[in-house]
Amino acid sequence: MCRLVAITSNEYFSPVENILALETMKEGHDGSGLGLTLRDLGGEFEELKGYPILSGICSKKGVQMLNEFMHKAGFTLKDIWTPKIKHLKGIMRRDYYFARIYDYPESYRNKSMHEKEDLLMNIRLSLRKIGESDGSMFVFSFYPDVITLKEVGDPLQVYEFFGLDKNTIKAKIIFAQGRQNTNYVIYLYACHPFFIQGYCSMTNGENTAFVPIREFLMSRGFPGYLGYNSDSEVFTHTLHYTVRQLGLPLTYYKDVITPLKASELEMREDKEALKLLKHSLRPLCIDGPNVVIGFTPEGTCFMVHDSKKLRPGVVGGVRGKYALLSEECGLDRAIPERNKSEDIFPMKYDMVMVTPQAEEVRVWNQLQGT
Amino acid sequence: MEPATRNVDYLINVPRLDHNHQLSLREFPYIIRWRDDRCKRCGSCTAVCPVKAIEPTVKIQRIVQSEGALPTPVVVRKIVPIVEQVTDMDRYCTGCGACTLVCPNEAIEPEYNPQNKFLHYKNKGGEGYKRGGRRNDPSISTLDRLKFTRISMLTDPALDAGRHEFHVRTLLGRILPPEDLPLKKSNGKLMVDKMSDTFIPPVREIFPIMIGSMSVGALSPPMWEGLAMGVSYLNEVEGLPVVMCTGEGGVPPRLLKSKYLKYFIIQIASGYFGWDEIIHALPYMREDPAAIEIKYGQGAKPGDGGLLMAQKVLKLIASIRGVPQFIDLASPPTHQTKYSIEEAVAKMIQSMSMAWGFRVPVYPKISGTKTARAVLNNLARNPYASALSIDGEDGGTGAAYNVSMDKMGHPIASNIRECYLDLVKQGKQNELPLIAAGGIAKKGNLAANTAALIMLGASAVSIGKYIMQAAANCFGDEYNRCNLCNTGRCPRGITTQDPKLYRRLDSDKVAERVVEVFKSANVELKKIFAPMGRSTELPIGMSDGLSIDDKAMAERLEISYAC
Ligand code: SF4
Ligand code: SF4
Repeated sequence: MCRLVAITSNEYFSPVENILALETMKEGHDGSGLGLTLRDLGGEFEELKGYPILSGICSKKGVQMLNEFMHKAGFTLKDIWTPKIKHLKGIMRRDYYFARIYDYPESYRNKSMHEKEDLLMNIRLSLRKIGESDGSMFVFSFYPDVITLKEVGDPLQVYEFFGLDKNTIKAKIIFAQGRQNTNYVIYLYACHPFFIQGYCSMTNGENTAFVPIREFLMSRGFPGYLGYNSDSEVFTHTLHYTVRQLGLPLTYYKDVITPLKASELEMREDKEALKLLKHSLRPLCIDGPNVVIGFTPEGTCFMVHDSKKLRPGVVGGVRGKYALLSEECGLDRAIPERNKSEDIFPMKYDMVMVTPQAEEVRVWNQLQGT
Repeated sequence: MEPATRNVDYLINVPRLDHNHQLSLREFPYIIRWRDDRCKRCGSCTAVCPVKAIEPTVKIQRIVQSEGALPTPVVVRKIVPIVEQVTDMDRYCTGCGACTLVCPNEAIEPEYNPQNKFLHYKNKGGEGYKRGGRRNDPSISTLDRLKFTRISMLTDPALDAGRHEFHVRTLLGRILPPEDLPLKKSNGKLMVDKMSDTFIPPVREIFPIMIGSMSVGALSPPMWEGLAMGVSYLNEVEGLPVVMCTGEGGVPPRLLKSKYLKYFIIQIASGYFGWDEIIHALPYMREDPAAIEIKYGQGAKPGDGGLLMAQKVLKLIASIRGVPQFIDLASPPTHQTKYSIEEAVAKMIQSMSMAWGFRVPVYPKISGTKTARAVLNNLARNPYASALSIDGEDGGTGAAYNVSMDKMGHPIASNIRECYLDLVKQGKQNELPLIAAGGIAKKGNLAANTAALIMLGASAVSIGKYIMQAAANCFGDEYNRCNLCNTGRCPRGITTQDPKLYRRLDSDKVAERVVEVFKSANVELKKIFAPMGRSTELPIGMSDGLSIDDKAMAERLEISYAC
């Protein structure tokens, strides 16, 4: 079972907080990878908020291809951030880890965010395609104010490997996943968190309904729905599909992945709409066992479970800083100063949402719809 | 033994020497094993035999006997009554075993003869062999070779079929793509936009196994009643929403006006039998039917129409169908109005929808064919088409030419799979449900075959022959046993309109068995889905759960190979 730590705060903090919480939950895990997604970046990135950041890994050959491609696409490089790699036994070093800050092509500068998002995603997909066959390039995200880092190995070691212990990189929302590989090959594109156009999620557990869900998403005619090296990637895409593509309020994500039974539906004010949705989105229904932690473009972080709650999960913190994790011991490490009695252990009908800037926590109950 | 009367070949009394123009028993598919020592000569077997394949006769027996104190053997010739199998192709033993059932002493039994040359001779008078039943192929079908290999273990807790809640239900009806739903937001909640003119097609939530089309007329009154009672009981008492298709041949008038009509799918086929009565009953219907099935083809006999032989058209049947008694009722092979799928079929679907105010799903049924995808693609574009039912080559029928049954048609597994994958390509896999039929539970594995077809992409399956076997002990099998369904002489009373025969069948017992069959299938389906970690929705298209022990099949079905 993968370990998950999401922290959201109104102040910038270092990913070390996530890593130490992950470390607390380590017992029994082999730690086959670390994935980090940071958004609302601080430090040197604070000045560059409006510019898209391309996160990824390249071989020497890959860098050249990347430069050429981005140039042709009309993007101008504004800045480059690279982690200070520390050689560590057990972690295979690749040539070039990067977060490159670009400026949009001239023709896009005045376009809507929606159009910009499509451009960024298509560029990311093209790069992914270029590098995928020979592994010369991996790109994880291309979006303003978001950085993604991924590598195979024990999370604490990977953290050191990236030199994050010495770096000043900070953010207001950081998602970290300590990967526990189960039945799929260890592969960088299989590492959580997954990101698409401002939507991000990480999950633990298996997704037994993976194949029909993947087929449904892939057949939506949306170019970003591909990859699926992990059965958890569909959770991110379903989130994106529900909220961005269909325009449904976030709470309906819960209704899409774990729809209510017919008898339960009757209690909801929006039952008529729910019935239609349940039929139309039937292939996206999951059976778990999963806990899903995600964020949306405006910065809400949330946690939901499968309909039987077959996985643990906890949310807790203080006003201005909350953590959403897969295990409680991690929370003690991340935010020890909180009032423990207020910790939330979401049950099967719950969706816990932390508003942007970690202002407040809301538990939305699916049965009542409030 | 020798015959008591000599056979004659010619009218003049010349003893026949070599029987050269007669068939030997070895050419026959079943040979009767009759035991002289057990038989008490009651005559039950010869009376019950539906084809008169056996008859009482007498033979001369040579016996050496000795009477008195000292052995004084003498040869005597006695005339003894015996039971004998005839060698007339018109009266071939069908192997039904009715004689065995009635025999008080277990003195008689048919034995299958694998060397038979039955089909060489079964064309007397230049007429091709006609029969009922399904394809005579006893080999293991593709469906029975599919295994469920992705079992949730350790990395993901398997579900508990006994403890967790399972929702073994499917949707029958067209489902709108989420993008087209007429929804609007108000205060962060979704509401159905009543002002929108989007047509929301009717959808039924049903149990994924349905009883396929078998008509009143093809089935005897107690058989049809038994099925109908079983289905109603399952719905009303067991809460299992099983639906049943009427077949072409109308609906009993009382049922049309009853509250149970909602459990029935009414079929319209090329003969339109019974539809005058149905249309006239429309204003009196208390409930809408579950759906309307338009039959364009049947898996057992692709390209062939329906036929109800004159001997089955008795008073009740004639009145339900709106025809005179004792005439052959042939449905043409195609709908006479059908000249193109774009127009005629679409119109038919629309007319049927309109008749019930667009409240009832309407879908076509075709026989399994390489061209199924063309039909499917057309229906996918028709907003009123509610589903597509595909009936594979192993489907059963009441009457057809043997050649149609044995050689025509397409196996269901790959046909369903390619249709489903075609829908996936178009993103319409959730919009148009596929119903699979034809040979499901041929070997009795109802739940396993159903689950396999669902994982290949079917939304539901339909059974016919199997329920006749399981609920009414139909003798038919893939060794051409019995299969007299077309003759009106069904020894079990299932497919006959002869009261002498059908009074053998108790409709209550049939209903009881129907209930047992569906209840156990429900449990078994959970037993399959639970270890695969699926409970809240059916695993439609969950093809990673399946494997097969043949590489070519695995490739064709786009599933994994396991051995
Ligand atoms: S098995 Fe059936 S057909 Fe054959 S003799 Fe017995 S009753 Fe007649
Ligand atoms: S028992 Fe009746 S229904 Fe079954 S094969 Fe024989 S004739 Fe047909």
